[in-house]
Amino acid sequence: MVNFIIPENIAISESGFLFLAGTGETFTLNQIGKEIFNLIRSKSSEEEIINSIVNDYDIDKATAHKDFADFISQLKHYSILKEA
Amino acid sequence: MSTKKRYERPIITKYQSGLMNKFGSGPSAKAKTSIDEVAVSKLVEEYGSPLFVMSERQLRNNQQNAIRIFRTRYPKVQFAWSYKTNYLNAVCSVFHQEGSLAEVVSEFEYDKAKLLGIKGSNIIFNGPDKSRAALQKAIKDNAKIHIDHFDELYEIIDLCNSENLKANVAIRVNMDVGVYPLWDRFGFNYENGEAWQAIKRIMSEKSLKLTGLHTHIGTYMMTAEAYRIAASKLASLANSIKREFDIKLDYIDMGGGFASNNTLIGQYLPAEQIIPSMEQYADAISSGMFEMNATGSDLPALILETGRALVDNAGYLITTVLANKRLSTGRRAIIIDAGVNILFTSFWYKHKISPAQESGVHVEDSSLYGPLCMNIDLIRESILLPAVKKGEHLVIEDVGAYAMTQWMQFITMRPNVVMIMQDGTVELIRKSEALNYILDRELLPKQLKLK
Repeated sequence: MVNFIIPENIAISESGFLFLAGTGETFTLNQIGKEIFNLIRSKSSEEEIINSIVNDYDIDKATAHKDFADFISQLKHYSILKEA
Repeated sequence: MSTKKRYERPIITKYQSGLMNKFGSGPSAKAKTSIDEVAVSKLVEEYGSPLFVMSERQLRNNQQNAIRIFRTRYPKVQFAWSYKTNYLNAVCSVFHQEGSLAEVVSEFEYDKAKLLGIKGSNIIFNGPDKSRAALQKAIKDNAKIHIDHFDELYEIIDLCNSENLKANVAIRVNMDVGVYPLWDRFGFNYENGEAWQAIKRIMSEKSLKLTGLHTHIGTYMMTAEAYRIAASKLASLANSIKREFDIKLDYIDMGGGFASNNTLIGQYLPAEQIIPSMEQYADAISSGMFEMNATGSDLPALILETGRALVDNAGYLITTVLANKRLSTGRRAIIIDAGVNILFTSFWYKHKISPAQESGVHVEDSSLYGPLCMNIDLIRESILLPAVKKGEHLVIEDVGAYAMTQWMQFITMRPNVVMIMQDGTVELIRKSEALNYILDRELLPKQLKLK
């Protein structure tokens, strides 16, 4: 089970506006993106996050897994997240 | 009933500072769920995907609108439907019902128009490739033959003299209208006197009747002024013909080339902000035409061969998402089931593309690829689209011109084409191809047959 770390100097607003204080870069996340980001920050595991999405949203587990992996790769690409 | 929230895959979008512009037309997040009030999902269910859809209502509106605009500026106007732009019988028939002649550029198109019930005298035969047999047929049918070069002119003279025929002819004239490149590969040049030479040669032949003058200055013309210059130069030629030979021409054919609402690749502003309106084209052409020394019933008819501007926005291509991918750069890639083999125009247009179902408001810069296992199969390099899932549909707009004539069978088959009729019913107007369609044309030498 891989866990992820989000650096302390990243801020996110209620509406999903994300700011990297280190570089000044800004991003926007949609509702699910914001929820996943907050769950990672609160130390939830990958499995817990997937279960939470499948519980709340009209989606099957396989698709949720696939999209989660894709989202994580994007966060890594932008240096928003590292593997623990 | 499920109380769960609607799912949209997680999206993160980076803000790019300094790249915004005040002219942007916004992302394609607005869903296009129906075409002429027929649901996209229903069309796909019944006719498959990809699927070309033509709108009869839009075709007729376009044609009637163009006729009104030109007739309020010039008394005698006649449209001729440009077959090469879209020669599906159903499309041609709509334009013919609206009063258009047929404008063809090959024997194949000529025969297609005849089979549709168009009289030879209502066919304009253009283009550089007219075989002796095709010319013979057209002369006997009293078609309007627009001569492209001297070899063709002498072929017609020889045919008429050897078979005692009379031909109605016009010449295609090319000229400098201030737009480059010059389309001087077609017809006779105005400035160097070649056009006048051709006219004199025609006038010296009793078997030929000079009925008109024709030009076609280019395609996707973004300036109306070029048409005023062209009409003015043809008016000047017509005046010289009247003065030297005392001949009144039946018509001046200004060709086509009006731009449609598609934005060209590499064009900064959206097309709707920079292309001339139909009114501006009409103003320019009529003001050039009125330089003729003629009034009232002596004025020749104005023929227009407008294709793209009359058909492009009546055509749609419905396509289905096959897969979502992430490229090595982190960029989103979407693979759809419509490739460049059926949408040639994506090589030069940034087509408007919308999701066919309601989506979230977040959009991602994506590349849109077709299904062909070929690197060139790129429908759009960059487009802002919301998250679309495998199996969902996109609607590509303004594909009525050239897509259904320049398409090719390559790797996949060409799909169904339907027309949404004015009464809301849907008619299949071209069946999708099947393996037999290809195999019927192939022959396998018996020594190559596999056991």
